[in-house]
Amino acid sequence: MTPADLFALPFMQRALIAAVFVGLAAPAIGTYLVQRRLALMGDGIGHVAVTGVAIGLVTSTSPTWTAVVVAVLGATLIELIRERGHTNGDVALALFFYGGLAGGVLITGLGGESASTLQTFLFGSILTITVPDVLVTMVLAAVVSVLCLGLAPQLFAVSHDQEFARVAGLNVRAYNLLVAVLAALSVTVAMRTVGLLLVSALLVVPVATAQQVTRSFRTTLVAAMGLGVLASLGGLVIAALASFRANVAPGATIVLLSLAVFVLTWPLGVWLRHRQRARVPFDDEVPADHEHAHDEDDHAHGEDCGHPAVPHGDHVDYVHDGHRHAPHGGHYDEH
Amino acid sequence: MTQPPDPLPADPLLPVRLRDGAVSIEGRPVLRHVDLTVGAGDFVALMGANGSGKSTLVRALTGLRPLTAGRLELFGTTLDEFGSWERVGYVPQRTGAGSGVPASVWEVVASGRLTRRRLLRPLGREDRAAIADALEVVGLADRAKEGVSSLSGGQQQRVLIARALAGQPELFFLDEPTAGVDLPNQHALAESLRQLRERGATIVLVAHELGPLAPLVDRAVVMRDGRVAYDGPPLADHEVHHPDFGEAHSHHHTAHEHRSRHDHVPSVSAPLTAHDRNDHRDDHRGGRR
Repeated sequence: MTPADLFALPFMQRALIAAVFVGLAAPAIGTYLVQRRLALMGDGIGHVAVTGVAIGLVTSTSPTWTAVVVAVLGATLIELIRERGHTNGDVALALFFYGGLAGGVLITGLGGESASTLQTFLFGSILTITVPDVLVTMVLAAVVSVLCLGLAPQLFAVSHDQEFARVAGLNVRAYNLLVAVLAALSVTVAMRTVGLLLVSALLVVPVATAQQVTRSFRTTLVAAMGLGVLASLGGLVIAALASFRANVAPGATIVLLSLAVFVLTWPLGVWLRHRQRARVPFDDEVPADHEHAHDEDDHAHGEDCGHPAVPHGDHVDYVHDGHRHAPHGGHYDEH
Repeated sequence: MTQPPDPLPADPLLPVRLRDGAVSIEGRPVLRHVDLTVGAGDFVALMGANGSGKSTLVRALTGLRPLTAGRLELFGTTLDEFGSWERVGYVPQRTGAGSGVPASVWEVVASGRLTRRRLLRPLGREDRAAIADALEVVGLADRAKEGVSSLSGGQQQRVLIARALAGQPELFFLDEPTAGVDLPNQHALAESLRQLRERGATIVLVAHELGPLAPLVDRAVVMRDGRVAYDGPPLADHEVHHPDFGEAHSHHHTAHEHRSRHDHVPSVSAPLTAHDRNDHRDDHRGGRR
């Protein structure tokens, strides 16, 4: 069988479709979670969803739908506890982490299901995805992506500064709950692709990668969605091609690929941030006394003199061997 | 109307009217019997010592901190029924760290336009003009595309003012806009506020010291231990910190005076700091001075 034959197989095409939609939706909501410093919320919801999957398996209903219901309930609870608790919600998240996972394992065992069935949900099994599951994935992912992009101004404001948003008349609690519910939906959508235990990677890693190089929110959001598609599609293709020689799990490949892109981008981000920090204006007051800078040479500071020019009050300081030279008359002062 | 009988009729022309307002935080009284009326076009400075309740008062006026007693009207409407938030602009204390995802100056300022935007509608020409104008007023038009985190503290404060300004409100609440801002930026800030005042805006700001804002203020309200201690023409900074107005940890008078002035007043500031993050920020600042 050639690679072309492989991609012509119906299950492979279903997997490719699911990968594209998951790759779009997960980083879209992930951007808001990262903005609110709730990067681990996806993990919490993922663990809660394990219980949902177990309920679905034991009751012989669709694990996807029971996972959706339980994940949405769990996310709502996490959000309400976070809102009440005056904390960052990390303790609440921890409780859900362990409760959800333990509940799932317990219920699966009680129902006589084998652990291997549960495992397909824990680590993903995108190649066994059925047609109805592809349709559910497409619809839910589209809902998440459209709301994340369409309500971007409101969600941005609420995630950026809750108090300002409240005085602006926005229903902050409703938007917070919406973010939690959308996160729950994208977790269950990504469940079949990368698995519940790895789902948070697809929510967070593309965002972390994008923000290495971006400086506006909108670019971060769009770039993260692009990187998400790249990772999920690329990971799936790599896993499929590698499957001729070895047993490669697509879920793990997708996560590792997105991490690899992050590792490649990170040095660039370090360099950009270093350059940016060097240019932040000096905030201290301009000294009243004039201390002449050493005049070892006749160097004239200017636009292309090679010394970083940093705004300082009403003028520009040139950073020169750890000193700050400010033009004053025909010479430079130490600032 | 199910409101209790009200001796004064509601006045839609009055931006702020608070009568007998009280605020408790976790059961501890912070503000008591506060009366405050702000007329259209007023420039009011809420002053007072650290922990005197000035920040809590401005948060109560914006509805962020619920009143435990009293009655607050904004533009003649009680707070519960008030829905015209596009008439109010709020400039919170600058939070130290930015959010987890980069945001450009333009994006933060544009979020101030939300009070006037409908759901799922793109920005119109009018919105863009208001955002550009707001950036112009605070003097950051040339930095619009840059990330907020690349600005200095004073410039970030000006971004927050521009954000409130973008909604074109009539009434501004500013919580310590000059705190931790260097002098050149304080002058830039004063210049922005002067332009707002000329446009007829009503401004209520919390300040520990007025500095370059002093010439703009036409009324000072000095808080002391959760009550209004002075309400009248502006005072110089040193007068605000006069022992009569209860500078709790003033460096200018002796410990003996200090004790004789204050022993009858329960200290409300210290225990509160453990309970409420938002209202204790100015206590920290006092410590640094």
